[in-house]
Amino acid sequence: MIKKECIIVGGGPAGLCAASMALAAGCEVLLVERSAKLGGQLIKQTHKFFGSKNQYAKWRGFDIAEKLISEIIDHPKLTVLLNTTVVGLYKDQVITVLCGQDYTRYQGDALLVATGASEKFLAFENNDLPGVYGAGAIQTLMNIYGVLPGKNVVMVGSGNIGLIVSYQLIQAGAFVSTIVEAAPIIGGYKVHASKLVRLGTKILTSTTIKKAIGKDHIESVEIISLDENFKEIADSSRIIACDALCVSVGLSPMHHLLSMIGAQTKYIPELGGFVPLIDNRFQTSLPAIFAVGDCVGIEEASAAMMEGFLGGLYLSEFLDKKHPDHNQLIEKYEKELFLLRDGPFGKKTKDGLRKMEDAKQHVE
Amino acid sequence: MRIKNHPILTFTQEAEIAFTFEGKSVKGIKGDTIASALSALGIMTLGHSIKRNRPRGFYCAIGNCASCSMVVNGVPNVRTCITLLEENMDVWRQMDKGVYK
Ligand SMILES: Cc1cc2nc3c(=O)[nH]c(=O)nc-3n(C[C@H](O)[C@H](O)[C@H](O)COP(=O)(O)OP(=O)(O)OC[C@H]3O[C@@H](n4cnc5c(N)ncnc54)[C@H](O)[C@@H]3O)c2cc1C
Ligand code: FES
Repeated sequence: MIKKECIIVGGGPAGLCAASMALAAGCEVLLVERSAKLGGQLIKQTHKFFGSKNQYAKWRGFDIAEKLISEIIDHPKLTVLLNTTVVGLYKDQVITVLCGQDYTRYQGDALLVATGASEKFLAFENNDLPGVYGAGAIQTLMNIYGVLPGKNVVMVGSGNIGLIVSYQLIQAGAFVSTIVEAAPIIGGYKVHASKLVRLGTKILTSTTIKKAIGKDHIESVEIISLDENFKEIADSSRIIACDALCVSVGLSPMHHLLSMIGAQTKYIPELGGFVPLIDNRFQTSLPAIFAVGDCVGIEEASAAMMEGFLGGLYLSEFLDKKHPDHNQLIEKYEKELFLLRDGPFGKKTKDGLRKMEDAKQHVE
Repeated sequence: MRIKNHPILTFTQEAEIAFTFEGKSVKGIKGDTIASALSALGIMTLGHSIKRNRPRGFYCAIGNCASCSMVVNGVPNVRTCITLLEENMDVWRQMDKGVYK
């Protein structure tokens, strides 16, 4: 077993920012990332970030990743393991990692989980046919590997991710004929939706997917209208040809490693599903184990970064390596996080966090 | 299909990587994962389900779901969406639970 002062699982924006603070505080950091590149979801985001007042608005996702990585990558106290998945977590901060065919164990004095989220799936007939892909998967294929998985795409879900990925598909040369949305209104920003409509995409609200059709791979889909109670309207189904169906119905936090060792979790729909309970220092119910970013509640990259900075600072404090500017930095990032959540889209998160507070009192 | 023209991204011409799929010689490019190389070749079915033998393709492309498991160089259950393509890899559709030798 190899000992390390502090272990960070996941090299997305949350993990990278946590690492930068822990390194600045003087900790030795082992950063473990499953894929071949650091940056998490950011590296496939070609659009300019919207909304928030923080310093990265108007930057493209992959440029933000580039900056975060370049700020830490040459640090002498940082070790990065790429293509390495953490497959086991134990209570004494021991992890088992898998790289190729080799398993190795590491133990940290403290550990921070920043594993992000996984895409939700939808139940419908033949949903396992090749050609039914998650929105993130399509984004990964086209924006990282330069491969277009379909030319004539139907999208399920009109949230911001569904709209953005549709637009990116068009930029990459595909046609997005239809976006179906079960709710009576479009979920994402209107500007994105109008842009798509101008490019020839139909957005059908109160409509859902009934089944995928095809022998070895998808060839068309059957869609159906829904009434105000989300019940299917008889005789309203129709068939649309496509060679890929993109499912964009939300993300759920990847709490699984933490659940493995019995960290307390709770189902909080506003945060995306089951989430580990954390205190105001991002510490889970297990001593020496912290969690930040989408794995404790689905938000945005900007929030994941602020949580990462804060988590890194608290982790260093826990290891008796308080950052020289600890108090000022905590105040700064707490304030930014507060401002981010103050907008209309932050309400859901705030409601979720309130539920987490209630749950913690219940547990104690 | 490989993306050729893109308003924001540039995909530089990368060196080809030769490998075999189901015994046939095919090509991907440097930087590909096994799954992205197959997708670029128009191959959507990466394996079959164990009980009902239904075709399977990738779903998440980030290593979460195991829908893209294939037999690579004789080793089963390789998540091909996060495994980089290497020269002369021997890639097969996985039709069963996978047998480790
Ligand atoms: C299409 C799309 C558009 C978006 N647009 C915006 C936007 O405009 N503005 C904005 O602020 N946000 C946006 N977001 C959200 C933003 O990308 C996420 O909120 C953010 O990336 C979350 O950061 P994270 O570090 O928590 O997780 P992630 O970025 O998901 O990173 C988690 C990392 O952990 C790794 N990992 C997971 N499990 C393991 C394991 N067991 N072992 C090792 N490594 C592991 C993963 O490979 C990944 O690299 C968008 C998201 C999507 C999908
Ligand atoms: S497609 Fe999900 S693990 Fe590869």
